[in-house]
Amino acid sequence: MLTSSVSISGTAYYFGVGPFARGRTKLVVSTTTSLYDTGLLDTIEDQFEAEYPIDIYFISAGSSIAMRYAERGDADMILVHAPSEELAFLEGGYGVCRKIIAYNFFAIVGPGNDPAKAEGLSPTQALMRIVEAGRKGETFWVSRGDDSGTHIKEKDIWAIIGFKWNEIRQEGWFMESGTGMGKTLLIAEEKSAYTLADLGTYLKYSRDNLITLAIVSGERKELLNVYSAIAVNRTYNPEVNFEAAITFIKFLVSEKGQRIISQFGRDIYQQSLFYSAAQPLKQNADSQVAGWIREIAYFEGKECPERFQDDHKELYD
Amino acid sequence: MSLETEIIEISARAIIVSGSATLLASLWGLPIGITLGLKRFRGRNLVKGFFNALMGMPTVSLGLILYLVFSRVGPLGFLHLLYTPLVMIIGQAVLITPIAVSLTSSTVESIDPDIRDLARTLGASETQASLAVLRESTSGVLLALITSFDRAIAELGVALMLGGNIRGVTRVLTTSIALETTRGELLLGMALTAILLLIVFALNTLVNLIQRRASV
Repeated sequence: MLTSSVSISGTAYYFGVGPFARGRTKLVVSTTTSLYDTGLLDTIEDQFEAEYPIDIYFISAGSSIAMRYAERGDADMILVHAPSEELAFLEGGYGVCRKIIAYNFFAIVGPGNDPAKAEGLSPTQALMRIVEAGRKGETFWVSRGDDSGTHIKEKDIWAIIGFKWNEIRQEGWFMESGTGMGKTLLIAEEKSAYTLADLGTYLKYSRDNLITLAIVSGERKELLNVYSAIAVNRTYNPEVNFEAAITFIKFLVSEKGQRIISQFGRDIYQQSLFYSAAQPLKQNADSQVAGWIREIAYFEGKECPERFQDDHKELYD
Repeated sequence: MSLETEIIEISARAIIVSGSATLLASLWGLPIGITLGLKRFRGRNLVKGFFNALMGMPTVSLGLILYLVFSRVGPLGFLHLLYTPLVMIIGQAVLITPIAVSLTSSTVESIDPDIRDLARTLGASETQASLAVLRESTSGVLLALITSFDRAIAELGVALMLGGNIRGVTRVLTTSIALETTRGELLLGMALTAILLLIVFALNTLVNLIQRRASV
């Protein structure tokens, strides 16, 4: 009798009564895999939870499914990097209070011997060379093919040089991995192929000697990768932990949060994996990057159009 | 939390979640399996075939189906069970029920019918005869349970979709292996794999020993 009651109450505690009895609330953040896999979010989580009575649950799955989770009421906010989808998310009434929290660049990477002779070219020129080389049977391209933020960016670049996604993917040299960035890089390595990679995953795999692919085209406007946070609209879903979401968003764009983001990985990779976005947008408002961000990731000339700002205009001073 | 502590935590959670799932599944699985094994009725073969087929359910598909059920906008969303260890237990229990039922029913069925006849000739009632048959099938039922546990602790799809692989809350061995592999931590993935296999081997050996002892 005693043992059963002890084990039952122990199990009840273990299974979730514990944290909430301590006066902490739960914030579910569905996020893109490129932010999570680098370990950045674990670091942010530790620092945030030490300061606030909020337990963050990160569901790392990919930008598109992250938005689906939020639409189905399973997340309180999202961290994604797909501006066109984000606009649809806002306009669909699912999200409010969008803040750009970080940026970095995608990179076109490829085999060391560069069969397509694409090195140093602009992203669009590099891709044209890769298409030519692919059609001549000299190389392959590996696409994510999974509607992740990276994949959506890839489709955008193909569109810029005039290729329709549904047509080019049928060509023989065009492969789709349908999986995460890491495995996609390994496939590209195996096939001596080119691919589009986010910097964080690429640097990690490169440093661990899992791949010998080299960066072919780097920090250009077309490869800009902008990460945003959007809270789920409480009018749409009254059950979301809206206050905690706003608190976390404010933390992410605060000086402390931005410092964690820009310092992350510096000691290991001798360079930043992510750049703080608040600085260029606010202080160096005229810098080239700020201009690019405004061009690529702003809606109607703003980070977040007024009608989606909910009651929190103070986020946008 | 250090790496070692984290590994202990996810291993413990994997054992608790899958162990609880096995106990839960046996609550309804064993009675169904035993009934199927003992009684003869119309449509019995259909039911047996049904459970046999369900053994092949892909975990990722079941994970998706149950996610749609437990998601906030789903029929059981009001329970707010998503991303908790409890929903993982329920999900894995659903996954392994066909195994528990199928293996139990075939082991009960395979008991030599002479046992039942012998019991009856010695004066046993129908129920007592059935109990005699069941006693003979304990080792088979134990095997059904351990196989169910093995399937539960080794599956990824249900744990990932329902649990979310949240650090400190719902992360288990299989979801960690998947995450670390994606992160490029291949050695760590292999270490976690070794731990998972060790747990399964140890448990299977233990049950084997118990069975030997029991039948001596």
